[in-house]
Amino acid sequence: MTVRLAVLFGGLTVAMGQMALGQGGAITVPKTVEAGSAFSIQLSGSGKGTLFIVGPGQALKQDVELGGTASIAAGSLYNAGHYLAIVSRASATESEGFEVVPAAQPADVTFLAKPSRLPVSLHAGITGAVYVLDAYKNLIVTPAPVSFELTTPSGAVQKRTETTKDGSAWTAMDSTGQQGNDKFVARVGDISSARVIRQVPGDPCGLKMTAKQAGPKVDVATEPVKDCSGNAVPDGTIVTFTETFHGGLSTVDVPIKRGIAEVEMPVHTGATISVASGVVMGNQIGLGK
Amino acid sequence: MITMKTLVIALIFLTIPTFLFSQSSLRVEPVKLTGPRELQDQTKTGAIRDYLEAWKSFSAALNQNRRDLLDADFVGTSKDKLKETIKQQAALGLHTHYQDVSHDLQIVFYSPEGLSIEMTDKVEYDMQVFDHEKNLATQHVSTRYVVVLTPSEVKWRVRVFQAMPE
Repeated sequence: MTVRLAVLFGGLTVAMGQMALGQGGAITVPKTVEAGSAFSIQLSGSGKGTLFIVGPGQALKQDVELGGTASIAAGSLYNAGHYLAIVSRASATESEGFEVVPAAQPADVTFLAKPSRLPVSLHAGITGAVYVLDAYKNLIVTPAPVSFELTTPSGAVQKRTETTKDGSAWTAMDSTGQQGNDKFVARVGDISSARVIRQVPGDPCGLKMTAKQAGPKVDVATEPVKDCSGNAVPDGTIVTFTETFHGGLSTVDVPIKRGIAEVEMPVHTGATISVASGVVMGNQIGLGK
Repeated sequence: MITMKTLVIALIFLTIPTFLFSQSSLRVEPVKLTGPRELQDQTKTGAIRDYLEAWKSFSAALNQNRRDLLDADFVGTSKDKLKETIKQQAALGLHTHYQDVSHDLQIVFYSPEGLSIEMTDKVEYDMQVFDHEKNLATQHVSTRYVVVLTPSEVKWRVRVFQAMPE
């Protein structure tokens, strides 16, 4: 009986020893480590072992001497996330969780700017969103100021500063009255990213035509077609001429060429000719007898 | 002695898809957007569904060391990083099993042009690390993920998949 008890207690002692090894801080890891930085892991015990560092972002392995320090070199562990450090030895394994956090210094900005092309004079028509990343493409979630700058063709500059939340920030800007290319820049610290936004003329404004009768035909032509800011509406934009007369209707779609649209239409006594482009109506001309 | 009836019952259990036993609990917090774009319910539902689907792909891919399992649900940086991890695991003879237990999701940003959705996930999962078939470690993890999804073809794919200390 005594022998049996001694064996039982002996077994328990061994088991408790292993458990203590497993839970008793045999491996000490910093709670958080900055991505890409060097750090060390304290290992208790003696002899040789194997250290594993495993997480969704990386898996590393190195041979270690127990009872000392395992050094993880700078640049070895760089993907942010939760990791397990595991020390495997002949008798047992120990593990401890820790976090790799993004480096503090921004190194890249993902900049989504939309649209790439828009009409002039549109309030809040241009939007930009950014995600701020470190050198290892980890999303930096600590708040950081982002400067947005839109330089329009006239040289006017719109500026906004926003602070990131969970790594992202956004802004909206107005397109100005002058057609041409805008430069849209997002900047975080020394890092910037630029996009080109094209401002194009808006809908025609004050569409006006004149008519000149020549025998059985009438030549109708618009004045130079411009938007409300005075930008020339691009060639190829369709202008519709409609002639209505007693019992009839004649419609001709004409693309703008060299700034104007013109067409020759048959003369019908008492007819009215109107002009439009899209939803924009122009003037009307009545043909005499 | 194994009877025919026992064998049939055992076979039925073996053929039931494992996901029936691995459903994680889900809580979705009210949307708290910092962006100007309104988030439609259909978009929200789709993004959450695709993110949870991505967890299954992630778990299977890292358990089986199969990079191809990531293609349907991950894109860009997150896919590259996970694929690299799988490559490292395979080279070291490791594989990991991630079993999500619960998700507490909140959509925090919908970019103005509609090209990205950011959400946070207070997630609990069990992580097991295997050296070949030997279980090296098991840990219950409670952490906060920051996730960015972008639209591609017919679904949202995970572009950023990053755990952060709470």
